[in-house]
Amino acid sequence: MARVFMKGTEAVAEAAVRAGCRFFAGYPITPQNEVPEYFARRMPEVDGVFVQGESEVASINMVYGAASMGVRSMTSSSSPGISLKSEGISYCAAARIPMVYANFARGGPGVGSIQPAQQDYFQATKASGNGGFQMMVFAPSTVQEAVDMTYRAFDYADRDRNPVLILADGVIGTMMEPVELPEMKSDEEIAAMKAAKGSWACVGHELDYAHRSWIQPGQWSTARMQEVNEEADALYRSWEKDAQAEEYMVGDAEVIIASYGISARIAKSAVNVLRAQGVKAGLIRAVTVNPFPYKAFDRINYDKCKAILDVEMSIPAQFVEDVKVGVKERCPIKTCLCSGGNIMSREAVLAAVKKIMEG
Amino acid sequence: MEKIYTRTKTIQEDKVSGFCPGCMHSTVIKLIGEVIEEMGMVDKTAAVLGIGCCGLHMDYMAYDNTTAPHGRACAVATGMKRANPNTLVYTYQGDGDLASIGLAETMSAANRGENISVIFINNGIYGMTGGQMAPTTLIGMKASTAPKGRIAEEHGYPMHMCEILNQLTAPAYLVRTSCNTPANVNKTKEAIRKAFQNQLDGKGFSMVEIVTGCPTNWGMDALASLDYIEEKMLPEFPLGVIRDR
Repeated sequence: MARVFMKGTEAVAEAAVRAGCRFFAGYPITPQNEVPEYFARRMPEVDGVFVQGESEVASINMVYGAASMGVRSMTSSSSPGISLKSEGISYCAAARIPMVYANFARGGPGVGSIQPAQQDYFQATKASGNGGFQMMVFAPSTVQEAVDMTYRAFDYADRDRNPVLILADGVIGTMMEPVELPEMKSDEEIAAMKAAKGSWACVGHELDYAHRSWIQPGQWSTARMQEVNEEADALYRSWEKDAQAEEYMVGDAEVIIASYGISARIAKSAVNVLRAQGVKAGLIRAVTVNPFPYKAFDRINYDKCKAILDVEMSIPAQFVEDVKVGVKERCPIKTCLCSGGNIMSREAVLAAVKKIMEG
Repeated sequence: MEKIYTRTKTIQEDKVSGFCPGCMHSTVIKLIGEVIEEMGMVDKTAAVLGIGCCGLHMDYMAYDNTTAPHGRACAVATGMKRANPNTLVYTYQGDGDLASIGLAETMSAANRGENISVIFINNGIYGMTGGQMAPTTLIGMKASTAPKGRIAEEHGYPMHMCEILNQLTAPAYLVRTSCNTPANVNKTKEAIRKAFQNQLDGKGFSMVEIVTGCPTNWGMDALASLDYIEEKMLPEFPLGVIRDR
């Protein structure tokens, strides 16, 4: 398939269209404005629907509605806008409505800064809304990976009847890179995907209590509410098999960088520089940040590894808390951090690794 | 003997109303169900329920439904209708849901002329949460969060949603009815039918505002609440067609 040169935001949107997404609602917020703009142009070409919602709140609820009709649906935003979507995301998770959303994260908290950041890690992986629900969360480090993850995210969402989050950042969103776009789902495939949801989607049913579609973001019965949460918990536990990590030059490494997303990409280039200088550095990159690839940290040779270096664009550090769970105190963990919309520098990573080696 | 009146099939056969005595939700739910059945739309309808007593609707209805987050029903309905235009999509919302927390969603859906039908229950008070002040609470009317009654200088004035939406160009049909008398119940049913027919005809946004009572939170019996509607509510919220195009 031919390679094309695309901006991250637009590539994600095109990947969604190719995955069969036929409903998008969104609201402007930097740095992801090209997502709604792209869908506004593209959806009419594929008989899909684009709506510019009156707010992030309305947009996620439009997606909740469209996905409740069995249509592959998506929204996107950036950090403060994602907070506004929290209520609707929680409703989708509670009602087990499959949908995909992307966060092109920027500095925070509050209105923060419009430049790239990874300040939303806890929100993305631990508590994206009220009620303790979870989602699969993918963290791309290249535009190509953002494309591939978005394409597959709809399959995971449908498989689990659960929201899926693409946790990108302002770098991935605004950077242009050559990408190979996935195959376009045919109209027949898209119709079949919608039809497969016919038993629970609100598309009309035989008239009786047993057959009606009842999208329930809550329960009257406390017993049933507990059952629903137990079913959801079983689903979340089943994701252990889906955890993905990239392990790069880990085998003989004396310092292993733990990172994700754009920070991990920068850290990987630091590993290459260090290796050229004879420093035994390695990288564990979380590809999925929920489920978190804890097992990758069990494969480390702790006899050789002096320390783990957590590299992330967040102050205070957040990703490091999952790294700690994976490392289980088998070696020290140091951090290399930046925040506020400042992009991680390779020099800072190199310096942090050298400091550990000089230890 | 010929049976000339039966319960609509759109309501569960074994269900007994759990609404308070004198509450008109049960009446309106029945009317909606009868219209859906008479229009032959029982297997092509999806309801979007608001949060509050409106949400109790789900326990009785036999057709497809979802529950929107508080105030978001018009946004959810927008997504549903656009994703599946052949489905008859209506929202069922109270005054707190539609006119307070959901004002932006209501106004914006109306302004886009979304091809949906909105059934708006205006009883001037928050029901399920226990009688707090609503945007439609009358001046002087007591509420648990306005113990001295609604004071204009402090709380502002009751909001007239039909008239507010009438400032917009797109809406097709805006009407205010009540269920306080048999004649008004019949008019409400015809208004609901027209709102649904407008949607099937692709005319766009229709809203039926129904002035109802809440004896429990008004602190009066069911019969007294009918008088209160007639004497207090209807002068503030006059009945009639505000827009029909």
